[in-house]
Formats: sequence, C-alpha cells, structure tokens
Amino acid sequence: MNWGSASEFFAMGGKALYVWGSYGVTALVVAAEIVFLRRRGRTLRSGDTQSRRTE
Amino acid sequence: MIHWFKYSSPQTFYPLAGKVAPWFGAISVVLAVVGLYISFFMAPTDFQQGESYRVIFIHVPAAWMSMFIYMVMAGWAAMGLVFNTRLSAMMAQALAPTGAMMTFIALWTGAFWGRPTWGTWWVWDARLTSELILLFLYLGFMALTAAIDDVRRADRAGAMLALVGVVNVPIIYFSVKWWNTLHQGSSVSITRAPSMAAIMFTGMIVMVFAFWMYCIAVALTRVRHIILEREQHAQWVQELKEAE
Repeated sequence: MNWGSASEFFAMGGKALYVWGSYGVTALVVAAEIVFLRRRGRTLRSGDTQSRRTE
Repeated sequence: MIHWFKYSSPQTFYPLAGKVAPWFGAISVVLAVVGLYISFFMAPTDFQQGESYRVIFIHVPAAWMSMFIYMVMAGWAAMGLVFNTRLSAMMAQALAPTGAMMTFIALWTGAFWGRPTWGTWWVWDARLTSELILLFLYLGFMALTAAIDDVRRADRAGAMLALVGVVNVPIIYFSVKWWNTLHQGSSVSITRAPSMAAIMFTGMIVMVFAFWMYCIAVALTRVRHIILEREQHAQWVQELKEAE
C-alpha cells in the first residue's frame, strides 16, 4: 500500500493537480460521451414514435 | 460455418450490436476497476518522477486507441469504397467521435504529464505535433461528412479523407525513432521485454483493454443510432418500431 491516509492519497505527493487534472478530465469526457449517446438514442426512439403518430 | 456477409446488412447487424454492446461495456467497467486499483494502490511511486507518472495509466491506452481507432476507421472507409456496403461507412462514422475523444485525452494527459516531468505543457516536437494532426484529421472527417447532404457522397468524401490521413499514423508511431523528440521512445515493444516494472506494465495493459472494450461498446451503440437514422424509412425499421 502506497498511502498512509486518504488525504495523502489525494495529495499525490504534491502532484495532485497533474494526476487529478488528467484523470478528472478523462472521466469528464467519457461521462459526457455516454450522456450524449444515451440522449441521442432516446430522442431517436421517441422522435420515431412521434413521426409515426403524426402520419 | 458462420455467414459473415449476413452481418454486413444493417438489418441483421442492428440487433446483434444491441445484444453485445452492453457486454463490452460491462467488461470495460470491470477492467477499469481492476486497472485503476493496480494503478493507484499496487504500483509503487516512481523513483524518478514521483506520483505524476500515474498519468501514463490513461495516457498510453488513450494514445494507442487514438491510432488504432483511426486504422480501423480507415479500414471500414476503404471497405465502403471498394464493396459499396452501407454498413462500412456507418462503422467509420461511428468510430470517428470516439477516436477524436481518445486523441484529445492523449494530448490532454500528455500535457499534464509533461508539465511536472519536462517543465512544459507543450512543445512542437514530432510526436506531439503529429498527434495533434490526428485530432484535426478526426475533426475534419466529422465536419466533412456532416457538411455534405447526400449521404453517399458524404461517405465517399469522408473515406477519401480518412485514407489520405492514414499516412499520419506511422508518422506518429515512428516519430520518436525518426526524429530527436522530447517525447521518450516506447517503453513497450513486441520484440523486447518492457522497460518498466512488471506491476506498472500490468496496470497499463489492463487499462489498455478497459479502453479498448469501452471503445467497442460506444462505437456499437453509436452505429445503432446511425443505422436507425439512415434506414428510418426502411420496412424493417418500421416493423421494429411497431414491435416495440
């Protein structure tokens, strides 16, 4: 185990900005891609049923 | 004997992709949990770089995926040009945004690793510059195909751009050998043992597979959307909607 405590873990030996700046932005864009993908799938399906109803 | 050509039709590929995509997603999550545990709790502090080296556990997988996805995308694009199959162009379309995202992650994490390690966020060395060009190739492909209304023409134009851009991938890969770059040479190669501690290497490889499975899951989900969009007036899509 590398870390004595949680605060030590988050401090990353003084490199917190670089480590969490990398992991944070990566997590953010991955989450964004999943959200956009889900939303597009939902509008596609709901949009289709609407167009069918108006026909 | 599996009838492979059967799956080149959007109609049969749509439900198949829907069935397997969640599995790739689930495998990716499991691998990411294991990979992150190794990266943060098992891999020791680097004696030269300290903790900032932990960025490589996402930097290297993202960078590999950025190049790999481009090759797969160009392969599908070429197949679409040669065989004129509808699904091929859709696959290329589905891969581009994820490829662009991986390239962005590679560049971003590279900057955040470079700052504490080299003392700079960015240099115009061959590796970094060619990776930036890769990002522009992805964005160019997406912009070009989105700008042309006729789907067939958009696919052909996109495929041409993707194929011309292939030349950039070996340039990225070999840039650290061909030029005197600030970016280090590869620590991992097929022909020799990796020049890093075994546990660090293991963490990195697990993360590579996590990224890989994620890309497959996302691309399969996106290709389903593209199929629905493009084939919305086809008989089978209408039947599918009525069945729901």
